[in-house]
Amino acid sequence: MTTVVHAHDTTDSPFALSHLDSLESEAVHIFREVAGEFERPVILFSGGKDSIVMLHLALKAFAPAPVPFTLLHVDTGHNFPEVIEYRDRVVARHGLRLHVASVQEYIDAGKLRERPDGTRNPLQTVPLTEAIQQHRFDAVFGGGRRDEEKARAKERVFSLRDEFSQWDPRRQRPELWQLYNGRHAPGEHVRVFPLSNWTELDVWQYIAREGIELPEIYFAHEREVFARNGMWLTAGEWGGPKDTETVETRLIRYRTVGDMSCTGAVDSDATTLDAVIAEIAASRLTERGATRADDKMSEAAMEDRKREGYF
Amino acid sequence: MSTSTEQFADVSATTLLRFATAGSVDDGKSTLVGRLLHDSKSVLTDQLEAVEAASIKRGQEAPDLALLTDGLRAEREQGITIDVAYRYFATARRRFILADTPGHVQYTRNMVTGASTAELAVVLVDARNGVVEQTRRHAAVAALLRVPHVVLAVNKMDLVDYRESVFAAIAEEFTTYASELGVPEITAIPISALAGDNVVEPSANMDWYGGPTVLEHLETVPVSHDLTACHARFPVQYVIRPQTAEHPDYRGYAGQIAAGAFRVGEEITVLPSGRKSTISAIDALGESVDIAWAPQSVTIRLADDIDISRGDLLAPSGDAPATSQDVEATVCHVADRPLAVGQRVLLKHTTRTVKAIVKDIPSRLTLDDLSQHPNPGQLVANDIGRVVVRTAEPLALDSYADSRRTGSFLLIDPADGTTLAAGMAGESFATAKAVAAVDEEEGWDF
Repeated sequence: MTTVVHAHDTTDSPFALSHLDSLESEAVHIFREVAGEFERPVILFSGGKDSIVMLHLALKAFAPAPVPFTLLHVDTGHNFPEVIEYRDRVVARHGLRLHVASVQEYIDAGKLRERPDGTRNPLQTVPLTEAIQQHRFDAVFGGGRRDEEKARAKERVFSLRDEFSQWDPRRQRPELWQLYNGRHAPGEHVRVFPLSNWTELDVWQYIAREGIELPEIYFAHEREVFARNGMWLTAGEWGGPKDTETVETRLIRYRTVGDMSCTGAVDSDATTLDAVIAEIAASRLTERGATRADDKMSEAAMEDRKREGYF
Repeated sequence: MSTSTEQFADVSATTLLRFATAGSVDDGKSTLVGRLLHDSKSVLTDQLEAVEAASIKRGQEAPDLALLTDGLRAEREQGITIDVAYRYFATARRRFILADTPGHVQYTRNMVTGASTAELAVVLVDARNGVVEQTRRHAAVAALLRVPHVVLAVNKMDLVDYRESVFAAIAEEFTTYASELGVPEITAIPISALAGDNVVEPSANMDWYGGPTVLEHLETVPVSHDLTACHARFPVQYVIRPQTAEHPDYRGYAGQIAAGAFRVGEEITVLPSGRKSTISAIDALGESVDIAWAPQSVTIRLADDIDISRGDLLAPSGDAPATSQDVEATVCHVADRPLAVGQRVLLKHTTRTVKAIVKDIPSRLTLDDLSQHPNPGQLVANDIGRVVVRTAEPLALDSYADSRRTGSFLLIDPADGTTLAAGMAGESFATAKAVAAVDEEEGWDF
């Protein structure tokens, strides 16, 4: 037998890090690289769990100094009120500066038109891009994860965008070791994804470990919902339900938090973090597959939106 | 394997393994990756349905698992994988980050990228073909990038009647070749990705094989070792100075420990300035600790108020690297435009970026037979070559053999920021005898 087969110890050395510690260390390194190399970074903060974890990591990365970044929320106008309330509370607690780019204002000013399906997620791209240009942000942190969607599986940690925020997969730089190249021309910017290597389960395990507070809609509660495209949508002023759709009260929770018009709830009785983690570990659907209408439009829906400048 | 919830109960016990796969489509890499993901229940119902629907649309009978990883429209349309795709799966013992590198297109660039952060590389061969040119290239890249563990997966064993002699001959040839290149650990595993032999479950068809399955090996291969034996290195990323009423005098140096371990009370030298101080405190993301090690992100405080900024390196005073403005290295060229002698570039090493000039390109390396071709004048995309670079400021560069993190660098085009080349300081391979210089001949290019 010529094969070199080694019998490994089943336990690692005392210097092994847990997977959460490894992911946390990597994300903190990314935040500090951006603080060291960029002039005007901003964190995209929606009040969703991924952006909440990003903010938590940024707070840890620079403690005891304040976070050296501002926050930007692209407000679709169809937000869950619980999430907006949470956002404002967190901003006040940490003394952060929040910019809001409002889709509603763009619609009111006639610069954007409501889509026939009422979905406002794709409408976020223009207000986002213009806010980046207006404030001259050069690094924009997003909570996107590579496990979410197949176009995102090919995304870099540092994703170069042109002055129109467009993503060109062929222009992306190979990322070697932990050496991130953030050089960009004036007017261009870099989208930075510190949670690239995290999975949905990692995010929840980290939230549990760190005791991070979340908006209550992530936990099971009774809500008036109606079925559309195989998802439970919240009834409300944003445009649902239509006459043919019936409203019922169900015990649900949200797995992702986005625009009310395209974010579906899942049936759930998980009222605690442990119950949520158990539910996700056993789920046979991805979070976007279970909850996002906008990704079901075509095979390349996410790639197309990313090319246009989406997150 | 079950995805029961108790397997995720003790999150502190799970470690992370980053690994890369290399092999062409014909070797069954997609099938192996698909099976690892599928059998660890990491492919979910909606993803499978999407793959099935897309496969039918393309007129394929069976779901094409390659569509799981081919994320871009151009890739699906052309039926090729262009870019490294990252995949994630977990078992009770480990979380895995898989860099799935394409076999044909831009294979050097992509495999170098995937291998740069990998602690393990899986090289696939077809049992019917044995070690081929492509296999030798993959072994060479793994050796060049100093990937600590290499797995040779001898696939399609079902097509050679599960014969031990076939496996043993391929394993011996590969092990001899890779060992000569200095690969420290090679594990050969006979598998059939299609039939599932020795991927997740032990094979009932190969009683003669007593080693681990691919997944067992991935779960148990050591991801850490005694870091106190390594040269400790701490590149400063950012200086934390709150200047608040609560912390008027706090001054901490934030960074990720690149190698080894640091202790409170230890004397350190700051490079390139050469100033010395003592570590007075280590803040590990909210927790004050006495010792911290790679790859932890920490903030180090010093007893003396000395001038330190981003790009400086802290090292134990007894074990500090020499600084130099002359870098000899092996580079993999990753850009479409060439790298030429005399070219002005930026060199990014850890957190420090300096101006540099390419003084010489003494040779280009052919991965197929590891022959060297003197004075190529320039390197083009996917070339590997030796370079001599002069930097405008001194660098505290380790040899890549000693430290992957502090022995590596990027060459960047100052005009538009393009990443031109990935550099590894010092000798290419662990053993010099593997590389023999040859005279330049016509028709060398592969």
